[in-house]
Amino acid sequence: MKKNARIQFFGFGFLYLAIIVAVLTLGAIIYFITVNGIKVINWEFLTRVPRRAMTQGGIAPALVGTFYLTIGAILFALPMGLACAIYLTEYSPKSSVVNIIRVSINNLAGVPSVVFGLFGLTVFVKFFGFGVSILSGSLTLGIMILPGIISAAQEALIAVPQSLREASLALGATQWQTIRKIVLPTALPGILTGVILSIGRAAGETAPIMFTAVTFYTRGFPNSILDEVMALPYHIYALMTEGTFPERQTMIAYGCALILLFLVLMVSGIAIYLRQRQRKYELA
Amino acid sequence: MNLPEEVRIQTKNVDFYYSDKQTLKNVNMAIYKNRVTAIIGPSGCGKSTFIRLLNRMNDLIPNTRVEGQVILDNKNIYDQDIDVVALRRKVGMVFQKPNPFPKSIRDNLSYGLTINGLNDKELIEKTVRRSLEEAALWEEVKDRLHESALRLSGGQQQRLCIARCLVVEPEVILFDEPCASLDPISTKRIEELIEQLKENYTIVIVTHNMQQAARVSDYTAFMYLGELIEFGPTEKIFTVPEDKRTEEYISGKFG
Repeated sequence: MKKNARIQFFGFGFLYLAIIVAVLTLGAIIYFITVNGIKVINWEFLTRVPRRAMTQGGIAPALVGTFYLTIGAILFALPMGLACAIYLTEYSPKSSVVNIIRVSINNLAGVPSVVFGLFGLTVFVKFFGFGVSILSGSLTLGIMILPGIISAAQEALIAVPQSLREASLALGATQWQTIRKIVLPTALPGILTGVILSIGRAAGETAPIMFTAVTFYTRGFPNSILDEVMALPYHIYALMTEGTFPERQTMIAYGCALILLFLVLMVSGIAIYLRQRQRKYELA
Repeated sequence: MNLPEEVRIQTKNVDFYYSDKQTLKNVNMAIYKNRVTAIIGPSGCGKSTFIRLLNRMNDLIPNTRVEGQVILDNKNIYDQDIDVVALRRKVGMVFQKPNPFPKSIRDNLSYGLTINGLNDKELIEKTVRRSLEEAALWEEVKDRLHESALRLSGGQQQRLCIARCLVVEPEVILFDEPCASLDPISTKRIEELIEQLKENYTIVIVTHNMQQAARVSDYTAFMYLGELIEFGPTEKIFTVPEDKRTEEYISGKFG
């Protein structure tokens, strides 16, 4: 008995330790970015274009660029990913071909992001002739987050109890009505969780947009989806690796990082809101 | 009860295979109109498989095969040209575990109408009320139709599922162990409900509870190892069964 109690004590101890480390790390990141970044943030920082080799002015074009790229990526990846997931879980026969598709999608999730960047350069920028643009970057980011969205959606769909499908079909609903009106709404919270994670990833990645969408500096805001843009992650990268005023640039980089965090939080907030709205019908 | 009665569904030489395993063997049975037919038998005897054949719910299970005929309105429901959606509208089903949709009570009921393209709000409200009254649930939920159906108790959820089934006005209702997860009081209410429903509907109920079969049904079928051992008026099955296995099962010698 005593021995078991001791094992339990250490077991719980380890669990507490793990959660403390995780929370502290997260806290530390937010703390340092906030402390270092808050100094440069003011209205001008958010609304103006950069001046004097990035040391003055604001980061508005990068903010707008990242926003467009992220929304574009989701607009592409969500319908595509959802369609794939619906096919794979609801319609596809259990065949070896479908299994190969499943494995491929999972492997796609493990491909390094810079590879997606090169793919986007070859396919969207060059082959389709979209050039270095919001469109190319969004599509590249979209393909990068596609596997994540597919798996999240698949898991959410599989988690919908078979009994709900049966109930709907037994009422004389077609399979499509069942999916559209019963299965998808029930799976929505899980799907949106996948979307939230993907938003963070799409907004924060540098490699996929480096060759496909971003530029170091633009005078103003993009006019069309075929314009190249500035983006926050790349802006941070550029500030930290180039230029002649490292101290001032580092401060701005922290400011950008803080804004990036905030932006991700905001876009995710929309998804979280939608998720809560659906969840009100789940058991309280 | 006067024989002969009107047959609503007739199964002819029905076999069912799950992969290579045969789980129903040559089942011939009649379901009579406006009567309650109970199907009893030990676990794994094929009673659930059988009832799910009657509205083709087994179609959803991969690697299964049906042979023989299930005749409804002079047609074999397993014919190529049968509209399964229309069939299921005619033959509704209530499941073992209450399975309301994670929607409001009202939406659970209106679903059966909206999938048929019905949008008339007044008619929907009327149908919602009628079905809830028919399922003896109206008084309990009339002030909270907008609330999640999942907040209801298990017994209420099951009556909601019955109401949901009634909305589409089926002719036959299949109950697959509807009280298996309910307490005795909820069970009693469902049984009373079934008693009332048979005036307007033809009812088939699978149950592992012999007292329940004796209480609610007019006809009883005893199944064992995929075979229909005995079928007849409930009174006769429970008092003077012809087959020894039926007698042993009913007297609790196995099960």
